[in-house]
Amino acid sequence: MANNKIRRPGITDEAPWVKWLLTGIALVFIGLFLLIPLVSVFFEALRKGWELYLAALVEPDALSAVKLTLVTALIAVPLNLTFGVAAAWAIAKFEFKGKSVLITLIDLPFSVSPVVAGLIYVLLFGAHGWFGEWLGAHDIKIIFAVPGIVLATIFVTFPFVARELIPLMEAQGSDEEQAALVLGASGLQTFWRVTLPNIKWGLLYGVILANARAMGEFGAVSVVSGHIRGMTNTIPLHVEILYNEYNFVGAFACASILALLALVTLALKSWVEWKAERDDEAARIAANAE
Amino acid sequence: MAFKKPSVLPGFNLSLGYTIFYLGLIVLVPLSALIFKTAGLSWADFWQTVSNPRVVASYRLTFGASLIAAGINMLFGLLVAWVLVRYSFPGKRLIDAMVDLPFALPTAVAGIALATLYAPNGWIGQWLEPLGLKVAFTPLGVVLALTFISLPFVVRTVQPVLEDMEIELEEAASSLGATRWQIFAKVIFPTVWPALLTGFTLAFARAIGEFGSVVFIAGNMPMVSEITPLLIIAKLEQFDYLGATAIALVMLVASFVLLLVINLLQWWTAKRLGRR
Repeated sequence: MANNKIRRPGITDEAPWVKWLLTGIALVFIGLFLLIPLVSVFFEALRKGWELYLAALVEPDALSAVKLTLVTALIAVPLNLTFGVAAAWAIAKFEFKGKSVLITLIDLPFSVSPVVAGLIYVLLFGAHGWFGEWLGAHDIKIIFAVPGIVLATIFVTFPFVARELIPLMEAQGSDEEQAALVLGASGLQTFWRVTLPNIKWGLLYGVILANARAMGEFGAVSVVSGHIRGMTNTIPLHVEILYNEYNFVGAFACASILALLALVTLALKSWVEWKAERDDEAARIAANAE
Repeated sequence: MAFKKPSVLPGFNLSLGYTIFYLGLIVLVPLSALIFKTAGLSWADFWQTVSNPRVVASYRLTFGASLIAAGINMLFGLLVAWVLVRYSFPGKRLIDAMVDLPFALPTAVAGIALATLYAPNGWIGQWLEPLGLKVAFTPLGVVLALTFISLPFVVRTVQPVLEDMEIELEEAASSLGATRWQIFAKVIFPTVWPALLTGFTLAFARAIGEFGSVVFIAGNMPMVSEITPLLIIAKLEQFDYLGATAIALVMLVASFVLLLVINLLQWWTAKRLGRR
């Protein structure tokens, strides 16, 4: 964020050597903990050359892991997006009893360990679970199958969109929507033409973060997946299997796809933040001009 | 007071109804399954499971390592936030974006990267080995992985508070004769303290549940470097559903308590900063 406050040097500033020292320590910390691990993923993946790297990526099990990861994210993210918009509409635009409890409950999946998140679905749908016998009799598989992976992924990415949108829509209030309704717009028109343009950056931000988590989730998915190669392995699970088989090039090659995804996520996130800031700035200038 | 204040906006029943239905379906019903399942255990059995020495050793490691990791991040997170807000240097925007890497990088990737780096023949491990410092496959490795995944929390809670701080306060303190260190200790630090504590608790809460990044570097030796989430998985793999559930309930209660503490801290932060 731009720091446009006027500062008189000397009075509220540290000595140059203190600045250099603190900046240096911060950079070493970031470098050691973030940069080196990130670089090492690509280095290890390419250690034996491009040919082996590419071979590890086009191997059938790797491809089916990529496919399953994409399918999972394609189901989980839109569902949580719909939920996030509905929850934010109810919470931000209306005053009702029990609102703060509802917000806390929506945040709940963030504080539950991913392993526990996986476990609760095993307890419900596993062979010895509540619905296990019924599911078995009807030959429906949820645990150790794709539906379980999707469910666990929905759980861990549950709050992302809602928690971006709730504070944003609360801050915006509902004056504009009320004006639109008074002028004769229908409820849906008001949502599409007034609310959605106002929340688009927050929405996109939530979707980007939810997608990154959905594609990268390990703990919850690992509990429900059963690790069947080529069938119920997502990319992170495939990375684990290869790593435990000492196939380091293969493991890091698949990991490098996820690392690239993380870099794209960070870039998109910064871009959205920048766009949102610029829109805010423009709105402020327009408001001042009136 | 009625349940809801009147409003001209449409869609309240639909949006709230859907919110509660979806929340129940995905979160509340499955979580209650955990509680009902534990109710199938007698108190003595439950207690025996959750107070077994191997389980207690895993709590000690999980909570201890998380506490150390959150502490490291409290110190360095404040420093990084300070440097990012107050100083300018080339590549600052890039570093700022990098801070969120642990949120974006899948934990399994972080896990294998750290395990390889800190292995005795790894890039960093080979320099630590002669010093007698073993990181991979020891509790130190657990601390390292947890520090990585909880790194952004303190930076991201402290950063906005530092950005909003009024420079006039520091100028006033300075004109009244305070040294730079006194200003930091008596003006700046008290302002960021609630946010710092919130960030610490968020980092701690994230760390105790973490699984993916830890399993690769920890070595997972019972009583030494086995974290509680791994123990839940181990019990599940032996089809000991009741045992897994009992330990999971302990973790869940810990998460609930932390969630409560975080809410209180955020309320306190907002009050201290004079926001609504």
